[in-house]
Amino acid sequence: MDKGLVLKDVKITKGGVPLLSVAQEIAPGEVLTIMGPSGVGKSTLLAFITGTLASDFAATGEVWLDGQNITHAAPHQRRVGILFQDDLLFPHLSVGANLAFGLQPGGCPATRKAKIEEALDEVGLSGFADRDPATLSGGQKARVALMRMLLSEPCALLLDEPFSRLDAALRAQVREMVFDRARARALPVLMVTHDAEDAEAAGGVIVTLGG
Amino acid sequence: MNRRRFLPVLPILTLLAMLGPVAAGLWGTVLPAFGHLPAAGLAGPSLDPFRDLLDWAGLPRAVMLSLSTGVLATGISLAIVVLVTAGWSGTRPFRALERLLSPLLSVPHAAAAFGLAFLIAPSGWLSRLVSPGLTGWERPPDILIVQDSWGLTMTAGLIIKEVPFLLLITLAALGQADAQRSTTIAQALGYGRVTGWLKTVFPRVYAQIRPPVYVVLAYSMSVVDVAVILGPNTPPPLSVQIVKWMSDPDLAMRLEAAAGALLQLGLVVGALIFWRLGEVVVASLGRRWIAKGSRGRLDPVVAQAALVAGGISAVTVLLGLVVLVIWSFAGFWGFPDAFPDGWTLRNWMRFGPGTLEALGETALIACTVALVALILTIGCLEAEYRYGLSFSQRAVWLLYLPLLIPQTAFLPGLQTLMLNMGADVGRLPVMLAHLVFVLPYVFLSLADPFRAWDTRMGTIAAALRASPDGVLWRVRLPMLLRPILTALAVGLAVSVGQYLPTLLIGGGRVATLTTEAVALASGGDRRAIGVYGLMQTGAALVPFALALLLPALIWRNRRGLRHG
Repeated sequence: MDKGLVLKDVKITKGGVPLLSVAQEIAPGEVLTIMGPSGVGKSTLLAFITGTLASDFAATGEVWLDGQNITHAAPHQRRVGILFQDDLLFPHLSVGANLAFGLQPGGCPATRKAKIEEALDEVGLSGFADRDPATLSGGQKARVALMRMLLSEPCALLLDEPFSRLDAALRAQVREMVFDRARARALPVLMVTHDAEDAEAAGGVIVTLGG
Repeated sequence: MNRRRFLPVLPILTLLAMLGPVAAGLWGTVLPAFGHLPAAGLAGPSLDPFRDLLDWAGLPRAVMLSLSTGVLATGISLAIVVLVTAGWSGTRPFRALERLLSPLLSVPHAAAAFGLAFLIAPSGWLSRLVSPGLTGWERPPDILIVQDSWGLTMTAGLIIKEVPFLLLITLAALGQADAQRSTTIAQALGYGRVTGWLKTVFPRVYAQIRPPVYVVLAYSMSVVDVAVILGPNTPPPLSVQIVKWMSDPDLAMRLEAAAGALLQLGLVVGALIFWRLGEVVVASLGRRWIAKGSRGRLDPVVAQAALVAGGISAVTVLLGLVVLVIWSFAGFWGFPDAFPDGWTLRNWMRFGPGTLEALGETALIACTVALVALILTIGCLEAEYRYGLSFSQRAVWLLYLPLLIPQTAFLPGLQTLMLNMGADVGRLPVMLAHLVFVLPYVFLSLADPFRAWDTRMGTIAAALRASPDGVLWRVRLPMLLRPILTALAVGLAVSVGQYLPTLLIGGGRVATLTTEAVALASGGDRRAIGVYGLMQTGAALVPFALALLLPALIWRNRRGLRHG
């Protein structure tokens, strides 16, 4: 497969004990959901794909993205975006500066500013650029975090229990927003969750681990 | 990339900067202690230096003083801190003490010692406040309080400075000891506050604070500046005598000094072993006490007494500063008047230029050393994070090593070694010597907040295509601005307070606020001491104030960074 995210015989062990093994292909615009109770190593799999696996884990297998083997690439050169259950907006930067952190370098200041405004408009947060992220509501933070990630132009998107901190009303709304944007950009999405509703809403293949 | 080759070297460089001078200094002590001193035309080995040392009539008393002041100061400050924490943590008086902690910690030992002397001397402020009304004294009573031959005032001077230090590290340990829930359970089982805390939380807390407690013991046994100001003279504690021998124009006296330095090292090692055995005894008695199930009927009394002791200790430091202020502005101040006849700026005019010169030297040394220590520390911690290294418990003891080996044991040797090599004494060697003591404190101050940083922030930043250096400079360091500035302030305060390294390695030619202030002790000019003591305190205190103020200013619009 030329495009998309491919996990080739990925096996992760901790201290010699097998934790999980996955072999999957995710086509552009599709969602693969990995389900399982906490502690089964779902987040560890994502850490392996982003290149931030802790040193007490060992992994074999390969990760291919858009026809390239990224298994041994540096984390910042993989073009794999990730969203966690916490928004993890940088607390020392304004909302606009957080987005600018994600936006790829290049372009004059005015163009960059316009792109950031556009991104804020797209998620209904016009005029929020100078705000302190700590003053935003949970749903607003989640939207900024999503746009920050998309502005970095990733080639794949990982979701680590991304909606579990949001209350029910917001949850469906943010979830829809994330999947819509990913589909529009033809990103392969890998989501790990323990929530059946999230898995169903994703509308793709569901793999259940452990349990 | 250059950094990639540079970063992994930093932990080794840091260890070298910390332990190199200690090892070299000990070597430089051992040689002359066995009669080998080429600079004085002497070649060993011989046991004469030890024979001379044993012939010194003051030796038994000097050794006793070193032991008694060290063990008493450590034991009493630890007891105060433990009992105050047990009886009061989480209450309003405890929070008041916590707020006083930073200023109390940053007052240099020498300034606190002078303040204590000016308070409790027969002609001191306390005596003036109650005379002649309560005492009938028209002139200072002829009793020896400061520099008493038992070293009790010196012990008190150490206690008032060690209580805030031990309280700080106890607070840090409490966070990891699940103290709150344990005490709640113990109280639900009918235990008193103090007893419940001692039986459930104390063992865990003590395991954490053990290294710094050992540091306090080693420090108190071998301190020089506090001993010069508050300690007895004839004979002085061993550490002071070693420095006296070292500054004797007769080079041969360095042999006796080196022998004394080795004895001092032996005393400290012996006391640490004794303390360790004491821990075993206390632990076994404690287990029996726990098994007995006594609920602690005396708890309220113990808690009250501990709070009074802790309060007195804190208030003494603050009142001492007040007395320094009064003396620095005092015109004529006859006994037994409670306040001077007049206030004047003359003292500041007279000693101001001298203090400014010393302040410049102090600031130059402190800023350089603290910055170098900060860079090395951040480099070590970042290398640990990037390469997934983890420091074992044994490596943590390496950090404490330079603080456990008495200064008087290796600094004389370092000076002698430099003398033998013909190396010049002066500012740069003084900076390197300061670094030995500044590095551990900066590292210990920054390590926890640096490691507590949410590494998912790093994952996110890398996913946004920020390089490892970009993550460090653009995300991690700005987020950690407050702890970084605090660590820097700690480093500055430690450097400002250094007496012996400046004196010995500077060869008397590097004049900082601390060496100048301590040198004034023998002259007894209280106005000069007031001015120098305050300048010294200010030099240590101002950075702490800035470390609080700057992040609040810079991040005034960032609520997420306001607390921690």
